[in-house]
Amino acid sequence: MDSVSEFFAMGGYAPYIWPAYLIAAGILVALLGLSLRDLKRNENTLKTLRAERRGGAIEEAES
Amino acid sequence: MHRFANPNQFLRIANPLLPWVAWLAVLSIGAGLYLGLFQAPPDYQQGETVRIMYVHVPAAWMALFCYASMAIASAMALIWRHPLGFLIAKASAPVGACFTVICLATGSLWGKPMWGTWWEWDARMTSVLILFFLYVGYMALVDAFDDATRGQRAASILALVGAVNLPIIKFSVEWWNTLHQPASVIRLDGPTIHSSMLWPLLLMIIGFTAFYLAILVVRTRSEIAAAKIRNIRLGQVHG
Amino acid sequence: MSATSTGRTPATRKKKRLYAVLAGLTMLGVAAALVLTAFEDNIVFFYSPTDITQKDLRPGQTVRLGGLVEADSVKKADDGVTTEFVITDTNKTISVRYAGLLPDLFREGQGVVTQGTLGSDGIFLASEVLAKHDENYMPKEVADALKKSGNWKETEK
Repeated sequence: MDSVSEFFAMGGYAPYIWPAYLIAAGILVALLGLSLRDLKRNENTLKTLRAERRGGAIEEAES
Repeated sequence: MHRFANPNQFLRIANPLLPWVAWLAVLSIGAGLYLGLFQAPPDYQQGETVRIMYVHVPAAWMALFCYASMAIASAMALIWRHPLGFLIAKASAPVGACFTVICLATGSLWGKPMWGTWWEWDARMTSVLILFFLYVGYMALVDAFDDATRGQRAASILALVGAVNLPIIKFSVEWWNTLHQPASVIRLDGPTIHSSMLWPLLLMIIGFTAFYLAILVVRTRSEIAAAKIRNIRLGQVHG
Repeated sequence: MSATSTGRTPATRKKKRLYAVLAGLTMLGVAAALVLTAFEDNIVFFYSPTDITQKDLRPGQTVRLGGLVEADSVKKADDGVTTEFVITDTNKTISVRYAGLLPDLFREGQGVVTQGTLGSDGIFLASEVLAKHDENYMPKEVADALKKSGNWKETEK
């Protein structure tokens, strides 16, 4: 247990070291999440648009 | 549709690569964190704060690497009117900006206990801050015009002009007296970091680079889809 | 985008753009180099003791003085807050007086940057002391072993 708290204390530099790691992790995870969200949204929109266009083309052909 | 021939080719190569770079990123960063936080010894001068370096230096390297990729891709877009070059540049900008913020924040968190200051206007720190503004300027400019091609061209020129800052950042610590220490890894007489600290650093650099490549594929794919959406919508308006 | 309208082939226009970009970047590089050289005095973060003795400082002018803290030169005054030490660039030395907290990295033989004014008595009155780190990273045991074996080299100027 002592070694665990010693590890987290980082020789007294915990208030500098852990925020550094947390900021880095937070920013990179947010970047990954936003990038994946944008990709999903754009690919879904593209799929819907293409389906609409194909549907429109069929309607035109039928009329 | 032939305008997107190149992007489609990119997708054919990049999509199968995505899981590989993603796994490389996860494994390298995992191993780097394990070595850096648990195995690497404290530094003889800085003590435990040396562990901030395992995030700070890879982030700084990525801040430069992403900008170099962005500038080269922008040059290809300007000279050869390569649509993919512009998409890669646009996809790289937010990633580089994020790494620059990480670099500045972690550097500040190291500087306070070690130097005795959060921030000083020395040549290294000022030039990295300028790099951040260049990324922000690029991202603002890309979407600032109603005419997409004009925005693309203006942003690409900014990316190229800003590239003069890269050698200034790298060599600032040699050309001028700075508070920031000189280079430790890439130097003529070899690294001045003990191997027990160099390994976690190199693993983190590999991991961050792989992370950038994975995000780049995701974002470029997203940009390609967005460009196709725009094209379809334009076609609907005009047709 | 039609090539015929300008009477040139796309290939020559691409080449022209390539040259334009290369020429632009070269000019930019030269301009940046000139500007940076011209403003060198403003870009350097600190002056060495040699620089300071060669400079014509106005009385009371605030400057940054940097160098190595000379070995065995650090003295704590009786008041407990004032520290006196000598900064050297191995060529010239300047004595510094500073009242305040020192950063963790402040050590004899290590780099330091101080901000303050040079008194008429030749003593530099510092209002701020920053420690400077060098490019060496190693575990304590390795540093001790290097010092013991005599392979220790001071890299900082």
